[in-house]
Amino acid sequence: MTNYALQIDQLHKTYDNGFTALKGISLQVQEGDFFALLGPNGAGKSTTLGVVSSLVNKSQGSIKVFGHDLDKELSKAKCLMGVVPQEFNFNMFEKVQDVVVQQAGYYGIARDEALRRTEQLLKQLGLWDKRNEASRTLSGGMKRRLMIARALVHKPKLLILDEPTAGVDIELRRSMWEFLTRINEQGTTIILTTHYLEEAESLCRNIAIIDQGDIIKHSSMRDLLKTLTTEVFVFDLQSPLAQVPEIQGYRLQLVNDTHLEVSITQGQNINGVFAKLSDAGVHVTSMRNKTNRLEELFVNLVTNNKTDLQGVSV
Amino acid sequence: MSSYEIYIAYMTIVRKEIQRFMRIWVQTLLPPSITMVLYFIIFGNLIGSRIGQMGGFDYMQFIVPGLIMMSVITNSYGNVVSSFYSTKYQGSLEEMLVSPTPNWVILAGYVTGGVARGLAVGAIVTSLSMFFTQLEIYNFGIIVLVVLMTSILFSLGGFINAVFANSFDDISIIPTFVLTPLTYLGGVFYSIDLLPDFWASASQLNPILYMVNAFRYGILGVSDIAVGYALLVISAFIIGLFSYCMYLLNTGKGIRK
Repeated sequence: MTNYALQIDQLHKTYDNGFTALKGISLQVQEGDFFALLGPNGAGKSTTLGVVSSLVNKSQGSIKVFGHDLDKELSKAKCLMGVVPQEFNFNMFEKVQDVVVQQAGYYGIARDEALRRTEQLLKQLGLWDKRNEASRTLSGGMKRRLMIARALVHKPKLLILDEPTAGVDIELRRSMWEFLTRINEQGTTIILTTHYLEEAESLCRNIAIIDQGDIIKHSSMRDLLKTLTTEVFVFDLQSPLAQVPEIQGYRLQLVNDTHLEVSITQGQNINGVFAKLSDAGVHVTSMRNKTNRLEELFVNLVTNNKTDLQGVSV
Repeated sequence: MSSYEIYIAYMTIVRKEIQRFMRIWVQTLLPPSITMVLYFIIFGNLIGSRIGQMGGFDYMQFIVPGLIMMSVITNSYGNVVSSFYSTKYQGSLEEMLVSPTPNWVILAGYVTGGVARGLAVGAIVTSLSMFFTQLEIYNFGIIVLVVLMTSILFSLGGFINAVFANSFDDISIIPTFVLTPLTYLGGVFYSIDLLPDFWASASQLNPILYMVNAFRYGILGVSDIAVGYALLVISAFIIGLFSYCMYLLNTGKGIRK
């Protein structure tokens, strides 16, 4: 039997101004998963996470966290969740250490234990030296890490991250990825929303794409990537090339005299291209994907969804 | 949450609230003290000496209980309204809302913070008043009870104001246009016996009159209102406002989207 960390069933949300943010979404996140919830701006990601974390009142539907229904066992469900919101939402005048210790207090953790856990987390996240500074003095990346420390202080089984790496430099982002991967390996289920699709692709095992209040895709990352019919690679060439070599079955295009774009469709073998290019005297020094694969799929899905909806409205 | 965990959550909010107003004591504790000293000097010493006696006491002695009560009221209210609104404005209220801390504990924590500041300022003002007059305690139990109930009542009022406030301007409207006039008209500076019958009766609609008079009874032993009735009125207001606060928290009005 599958154990779910989160089960959302027919969740609707209509705001007071009449805007319907969620149109009956259903999704499941398995225990231990690293799950991506993606969607364009205004698609309903933050509303979904807001309802799950009880910051937004739902209009209809049910939510269970590790089997605890939010309508019936809210307190138990809350104990199992840690939330890192999109916006900085701590008291900017509090000291870094106090922000985390206070959060532990709200979960009923005694002060001595809260101080011990806070020290551990701030050290892990590289904030221990800043513990006595007012949180407003932290850099953007440090503030994000502080919110992660705060969300983890009560040792939640489910961590909800709403764009945790927004505005964070690449070095810091990678260290956050490592940290998140580590805690996921230790058993924490993670739900992540992000606009960095390479982040979702490299971290997450399962994915849901939400658009205009509906889930338009819900599958494993592997299955989703398999649906990509064509991948475009850019080859860096050893020496300049004046003309594109003719290779049967493959579409090639020169970007400039040292970069060649090659489209590989599903079922084709990339080794075949290398062999034929080699035969033609063209030597490849390195290669990369032209665009991120998930990004390609994401754009296709969202564009198709928009087209479908326009068709319906006509 | 177990009762011990609830106690920890409550104490976390209380500690945070007390640390907040102690950290900014120049804004929270000092101004009311200076204002009250000015009241003592101008109304008590300079003008009071020409007024003579009121209710059988020196004018200074007569106004001191009202002024202490006025500082308790404004500071209890001001502490909760500014703290809870700032928490809401900065988004840090979400820290509590995502946690399993029950709503009544959140409310109790903020109210306790308001009571603590009200009592702190009340104690400072009482100490300062000793430099200007001599107070003899008539009924210590009534004093403690009235101060506690009044600060609870106005902390609850501050909480409601903060829930509905959408800007920092909104948190000063009620104190300026409602609280201050009601306090001034609540018998702080005069006995309602001095008023014409109509205004004396109209004054009885002012809840602050009951608090000021009950407190004055505790210190001087005189009151325009029966103390038992005053305590009943204050209790009724506390129950009403507490119920409304809980309704707001449970429905998420002004707090959750």
